[in-house]
Amino acid sequence: MANVSIIPSGDFKTSYASDTTIFPTKTSRNFAILGVLLLLACPAFMDRYWLSLLIQIGYLGIAALGLNILVGFTGQISIGHSAFFGFGAFASAWLNNRWGVPVALAIPLAGVLTTGVGLIFGVPAARLKGLYLAIATLAAQYILQDFFGRADWFTGGTAGTIAEPLTVFGFAFDTDERYFYVVLVAMVVMYILGTNLMRTRDGRALVAVRDHYLSAEIMGINLTKYRTMSFGISAFYAGIGGALYAHYLQFVSVENFTILFSIQFLGMIIIGGLGSIMGTLMGTAFMVLLPELMQAATKLVSGTAIDTALNLRENIAFLREMSIGLVIILFLVFEPDGLAHRWKQIKAYWKLYPFSH
Amino acid sequence: MTLLFQLLVNGLIVGALYGVVAMSFVLIYKASRIVNFAQGEFLLIGAWTCWWLLTSWQLPFWLGFPITLVFMLAFGVILQVVVLRPMIGEPIISVIMVTIGLSIVFQAAMKWMFGVFAKPFPQIFAHATMNVFGLQVQTVYVVSLGISLLIMAGFGWFFKYSRLGLAMRATAFDQQVAQSLGISVRQMFAMSWAISAMVSAVAGVTVGVVNGVSSALSFFGIKVFPAVILGGLDSVIGAVVGGLIVGVLENMAHYLDSQWLNWGNMYEIAPFYVLIVILMIKPYGLFGTKDIERV
Repeated sequence: MANVSIIPSGDFKTSYASDTTIFPTKTSRNFAILGVLLLLACPAFMDRYWLSLLIQIGYLGIAALGLNILVGFTGQISIGHSAFFGFGAFASAWLNNRWGVPVALAIPLAGVLTTGVGLIFGVPAARLKGLYLAIATLAAQYILQDFFGRADWFTGGTAGTIAEPLTVFGFAFDTDERYFYVVLVAMVVMYILGTNLMRTRDGRALVAVRDHYLSAEIMGINLTKYRTMSFGISAFYAGIGGALYAHYLQFVSVENFTILFSIQFLGMIIIGGLGSIMGTLMGTAFMVLLPELMQAATKLVSGTAIDTALNLRENIAFLREMSIGLVIILFLVFEPDGLAHRWKQIKAYWKLYPFSH
Repeated sequence: MTLLFQLLVNGLIVGALYGVVAMSFVLIYKASRIVNFAQGEFLLIGAWTCWWLLTSWQLPFWLGFPITLVFMLAFGVILQVVVLRPMIGEPIISVIMVTIGLSIVFQAAMKWMFGVFAKPFPQIFAHATMNVFGLQVQTVYVVSLGISLLIMAGFGWFFKYSRLGLAMRATAFDQQVAQSLGISVRQMFAMSWAISAMVSAVAGVTVGVVNGVSSALSFFGIKVFPAVILGGLDSVIGAVVGGLIVGVLENMAHYLDSQWLNWGNMYEIAPFYVLIVILMIKPYGLFGTKDIERV
């Protein structure tokens, strides 16, 4: 039975190692590799618009994974993720502009700097739970946002700051086609890191803190350490995502990192599924493609009575904003476990196909 | 010195409004253990409804205002029954996210319906400003201070003597026991949302009359958080005190800033710094009850 490539109809694990593999079967691993290969070929046949959407999914997905590690795996709420994302963006641009650090180095360094900031806010957060934590992170969001507007030396103030494109050995990744590969590599690396983290002792400790923090503490898990650490990791991912965003757009403006953006991050992980790595990616894709969907929907009804009554074309921005909120509510009410859960159900349906009971 | 005094008075008046909103926030939290991130949108919806009645329908204020309150009452009940009731028993993050989602939806909907620009209320009082102890104070503010005090006193009476208020307190204390004594917990939840929405609308209309109605109103809902953290999430009196402190504090921060520091924007941001510091020292707020967990 060692070489089964389809999913067996039960748990036949005989060792801990086989229980913690990343891919349960060879087929799933092959599919994952195939998926990455397909993505590698994307710039060859996709137009620039779709590529830019994929790049967005990439860097937002990295940041969202950080949030999922914090919220989904550790059970700590954060409503200030976009501030960390923004900090990463500014930090990378600043390191490059002010200190001449090459961009390829500035991106991970920005992640490290953001980790530092995350740890600062993580220290009060380590003592807080639930609501109080949500409110503390809300304060972090406003404080950091205020800091962005204030710190001219760091962010360029209201004018914003310019970020140089990524250049490696004289080769500039300045077009969408080229930058796509940067984001893809970063995303694959960060997702593998995230998956592996959850297989380690530390990762299991985080999950234990989420499931029952008192039991976890009794079992010898240092709550303060792991809660703070979780904040640090989440900030690191946000920082990397933000840095990638900065060098993609090559311009960072202060106004972007609002509370609405933070909520969008939360929306991504809720839609994807809290505590699911692949779900994070699905949720991010959903959130990025949602405006496109809205656009298509408005095009569909344009010219009809609904369109003229609601004046859709001028109000599309509000429609998008509303759709974010609505999607979050609808998912929480009807599919609280997110797309990842739905995906599992679909797989189970086909596995048992003709005899579902 | 006059400026300092003026700011102090402003702070107290605005703080009283914060206190009222914080109180309605705490009301929901106490009754149904739901943190309402859409509290600011209650202000917004209330203010826009009143504005719409007064401008589009040309209703006089004494008629338009009660209609607004009745509308908010119904709105609160419907919201609780349709959206929040299915969330009972869900984990805390889901509940928080639902109210955040609601706040986004309402905010966008209000912008959609009424536009993004601030619109002034039609004049309600004959004189825009009043002379109080040699200070020029907006009449609305004085009236609003009166209304705030009235609401607070009303809350005090309601929870201490009225049957409904007592039932609500019982529900907040222990749902199971309350239910076994014949109190309809569902009704209490709905009622708490209704009252909260109504009281918030009063605050919303007041602020709207002074500054004009715009989506900036919903920022009141955010400012409530420092107030309730200061006061503790489950203490009604704490909420009032917290609101007053935040109101005075932000005006003092503004004074310090304008006189010496010149950092700018301290008015908006100072409460949040205080919030973080308080949470670091006392994780359950100043007056909040400490959760003792037994395993």
